[in-house]
Amino acid sequence: MEAFKLTVNGQAKEVTVDPGTPLLWVLREDLKMTGTKYGCGIAACGACTVHVAGIATRSCVVPVSLVGDRPIVTIEGIGQDSVGRAVQDAWVSEDVVQCGYCQSGQIMGAVALLKSLPRPTDAHIEEAMGGNLCRCGTYVRIRQAIKTASQQLK
Amino acid sequence: MLRLGQAMFRWSSIILFACAACSTTSSSAAGQDMAKKTTATPTRDAGLAAWQQIYSVLTHPRCINCHTATNYPQQGDDRHRHLFNIIRGPGGKGVAGLNCVTCHQGSNAESTGVPGAHNWQLAPLSMRWQDLDDKILSSVEVCRSLTDRSKNDNLGGAGLLKHHDQEPLVLWAFQPGHHRDGTARTLPPLTHEEFVAATRTWVEAGTPCPQNP
Repeated sequence: MEAFKLTVNGQAKEVTVDPGTPLLWVLREDLKMTGTKYGCGIAACGACTVHVAGIATRSCVVPVSLVGDRPIVTIEGIGQDSVGRAVQDAWVSEDVVQCGYCQSGQIMGAVALLKSLPRPTDAHIEEAMGGNLCRCGTYVRIRQAIKTASQQLK
Repeated sequence: MLRLGQAMFRWSSIILFACAACSTTSSSAAGQDMAKKTTATPTRDAGLAAWQQIYSVLTHPRCINCHTATNYPQQGDDRHRHLFNIIRGPGGKGVAGLNCVTCHQGSNAESTGVPGAHNWQLAPLSMRWQDLDDKILSSVEVCRSLTDRSKNDNLGGAGLLKHHDQEPLVLWAFQPGHHRDGTARTLPPLTHEEFVAATRTWVEAGTPCPQNP
């Protein structure tokens, strides 16, 4: 076991865990932040996506020991900036969500895309979001919501 | 006259001895420098033999999986297309929201089996060592590509040697970590030290390329 100091959604946190513990489980079990979901455990589905130093990151495969002092943003904190808020608002206005399980990861992925490409084309959206899986098949509404958020951010 | 002659002989001897001492010292310094190099300039044949050793490393999965000609990297010893819809992206680092570093961190993640090294990314398309059907290029083709300064970021022999010696992604190939089930990833056929030594021989021989595929 080892102590780790993390910055999560702007707040300093300290946990004592095995260094190999994936960040996902540190967030969910040690910090009780259950908005980030476990979908596959092998970085295949994107449900565990958080931002580490502004980069969309699959928290299920990143050991907490490799995070270092890079700031972490989760779904709980994504609404703290304008792009996050625009995406959340678009998700509501476009009525994207069905079961909701994948949507934390979808939103985190969408925010990362829009911060890098404010005016994404359909091809950009497909490439960037192609690794976030939705068993309910909300892809069409996800794409529309990203475009809506992009328009709002003009 | 005899005393003058003896004195001259004595001074001449001193000067000759001093010159010999300087020569020996210079040779030692140069020798230490040369110790890093082969003792004589390698022949073209020696350079070609060294190149074949280099080629065997470059075409090992730990290296060639990221030197693709396609819109995607490869994984595994069978060099299958990288799973999870991972694509090259405009800069070889993936795309926004799905970068290489989305999963691949600055070092190997032994607990989850994800390999990692600083600045994980694909090699540029100019350094592709496969064709569009994922078939490995010949020794001639790879050698010509590697030595083409319009393709290799303008690296000469010294630059290529430094790249093989120090680039973190090259170093990773020789310490690639373990799979999720704990099994070790296979290693290239040379150690890193042997790879650098072969590169040095090849560079000192003038980076010769084979003539026939």
